[in-house]
Amino acid sequence: MKKDFMQTAVIVSNDRIAKATYEMKLNCDASAITAPGQFINIDVPGFFLRRPISVCDAEDRSLTIIYKVVGKGTLAMSQMSAGEELNILTGLGNGFDPERAKDGALLVGGGCGVAPLYMLARKLVGKNKSVRVVLGFNTKDEVFLEQEFLDLNDVYEFGCEGFEGEKPEVKVTITTVDGSYGVKGFVTDAIAQIYGSAKKTNNEKTYEEGNAIDADDPIGTKGTAPHGMSEMKVPYYYACGPLPMLKALKKSVGNHGELSLEERMGCGFGACVGCSVKTTKGFKKVCADGPVFPAGEVLEET
Amino acid sequence: MNSEERKPADISVTLSGLRLDNPIIPASGTFGFGEEFAKLYDINVLGSFSFKGTTREKRFGNPTPRIAECTGGMLNSVGLANPGIDEVIEHELPALKKIFRKPVVANISGFSIDEYVYNCERIDKEEQVGIIEVNISCPNVHDGGMAFGTSAKAAAEVTRAVKAVTTKPVYMKLSPNVTDITEIAKACEEAGADGLSLINTLMGMRIDLKTGRHILANKTGGLSGPCIFPLAVRMVYQVYDAVKIPIIGMGGVSTARDVIELMYAGATAVQVGAANLVDPYVCPKIIEELPKLCEELKIEKLTDIIGKTHNI
Ligand SMILES: Cc1cc2nc3c(=O)[nH]c(=O)nc-3n(C[C@H](O)[C@H](O)[C@H](O)COP(=O)(O)OP(=O)(O)OC[C@H]3O[C@@H](n4cnc5c(N)ncnc54)[C@H](O)[C@@H]3O)c2cc1C
Ligand SMILES: Cc1cc2nc3c(=O)[nH]c(=O)nc-3n(C[C@H](O)[C@H](O)[C@H](O)COP(=O)(O)O)c2cc1C
Ligand code: FES
Repeated sequence: MKKDFMQTAVIVSNDRIAKATYEMKLNCDASAITAPGQFINIDVPGFFLRRPISVCDAEDRSLTIIYKVVGKGTLAMSQMSAGEELNILTGLGNGFDPERAKDGALLVGGGCGVAPLYMLARKLVGKNKSVRVVLGFNTKDEVFLEQEFLDLNDVYEFGCEGFEGEKPEVKVTITTVDGSYGVKGFVTDAIAQIYGSAKKTNNEKTYEEGNAIDADDPIGTKGTAPHGMSEMKVPYYYACGPLPMLKALKKSVGNHGELSLEERMGCGFGACVGCSVKTTKGFKKVCADGPVFPAGEVLEET
Repeated sequence: MNSEERKPADISVTLSGLRLDNPIIPASGTFGFGEEFAKLYDINVLGSFSFKGTTREKRFGNPTPRIAECTGGMLNSVGLANPGIDEVIEHELPALKKIFRKPVVANISGFSIDEYVYNCERIDKEEQVGIIEVNISCPNVHDGGMAFGTSAKAAAEVTRAVKAVTTKPVYMKLSPNVTDITEIAKACEEAGADGLSLINTLMGMRIDLKTGRHILANKTGGLSGPCIFPLAVRMVYQVYDAVKIPIIGMGGVSTARDVIELMYAGATAVQVGAANLVDPYVCPKIIEELPKLCEELKIEKLTDIIGKTHNI
């Protein structure tokens, strides 16, 4: 029987980190989070349904989430303070599988879909795998976690236990739709630049000298990633973000990766069939069978 | 507390000869086939449970989004997503046998009288089934479901047809989306129903102010949760007056107090729906609370209060 499935979590901090975006740290038993990309379902006082939010990072008794204020429930969350309690269901869903990436991985996040990629990047780096992170936002004010991803370059001591070869590297590329920061356009535009597809965007702006996109040394091209539907050689990829982003990504880089889907949820643990999705392997529940699915199994129509 | 030891209240109830240890039955569509909850607690503490509405064919259901929220409740337009009767009989029931030893309530749907008959006849043969609950009240499917539950004539026809091919108690699940629920209830009773289940969800709608569009892809959905509780109490009360057959009451129940209230109105057993989705432990909590609440309210036998409000 699942223990600590339902818990009282104490808010440790709840800070605004970008436009309408908050990072909440919770003190609770985080042991049920066994893979990046899993989520918790939060009972926000005053609301009937729980709010599903991805785990951004989890370790021992510390669980971090990042959420965007989009409605009444997330607004109420943003007004809570340290010391207050939240009832949560934890360990929900099946997350990303870091083992699937061979030498390197491409992580693609859009908006609040960026959050679960952090724990994934940490796990990948911990397994000596280099990571290229491409994050898409609408505008500069919404950008978050960039520095935290870059800091993963320094957290592990390499060259010791089980370490072979080069130090894994984390490279971050930010895109904004309005071009106010990083590459102007969508994540797929930046990916095309990095991995050298013929398709170029009209405004190829890189955002910082040290992190300028280096098309000659893209992470993962050394690997054995098969060709996608395009000519790009993209390593195994992991993506979480809005549906149009996931669809565009799948179209441009193919099925050699994993997609995290989002759906309105009644329960979050497989009881109500509210969140069904059609897959190549039949009807599945986003909450219990996903939210992460092999790219080749979902979003096949259109 | 009295100095003398008081016997704990008797919370068992009987539905058409089927004795339940307690009146708590998770409602169809909110408990799947039990497996998610069996991971959380021993579901044998339940009186019984009603499994997901089953149709002849496997169904994806309506397009998503099919869940929306409102103050004190939720809307769903799941639309009878289920694996189909073959799969239910071949896989779900054997799997269920491993986690639940008691008779279950088989919730059956259909899009024609023939389909109801086919499904009920097949499920009737399953030894695990204690009661057949015929859903003639799903507001989320077109040309079926609720169409049968909003006309006394059609409701009676389904009842009669199903009764003709079954041996187990048949409970007709009624829709609240009618002008006079007692008329449908009486029609079902006359057609041979062994009992009634009520209420199913109420048809509702939500609109997203950012886009001006419906939140649910299906536009409308069934409203359930605490916000419909007073309506459920009123309808159970009215139906209790109109018929002699037992009633399984439901609609917005989330506490032991709600259970007692619905029993006062006339319910013999009580189903818990949407509350399971937000508190997966709500049913065992209610079951634990019931004897204590009975003691507080000086109820010795839960069956004593069924419909009691009618005689006060
Ligand atoms: C698996 C999963 C992981 C998620 N992870 C994150 C995350 O890490 N950070 C983040 O900011 N957001 C995340 N979301 C989206 C988040 O759940 C919604 O933004 C949030 O529920 C909105 O609640 P609200 O009360 O502010 O909005 P309202 O619109 O007032 O909510 C009304 C109802 O609709 C539901 N709802 C509204 N928008 C969404 C949506 N996009 N997805 C699912 N349900 C929705 C709400 O849960 C609620 O039941 C995730 C969603 C899913 C399904
Ligand atoms: C997500 C969901 C799915 C449901 N599916 C069914 C179903 O398949 N068959 C049925 O007879 N009732 C179904 N119902 C109705 C419930 O069984 C119950 O009658 C109704 O929700 C009222 O109870 P509640 O307020 O406690 O939820 C469903 C309800 C919900 C919330
Ligand atoms: S949200 Fe209930 S089954 Fe997925």
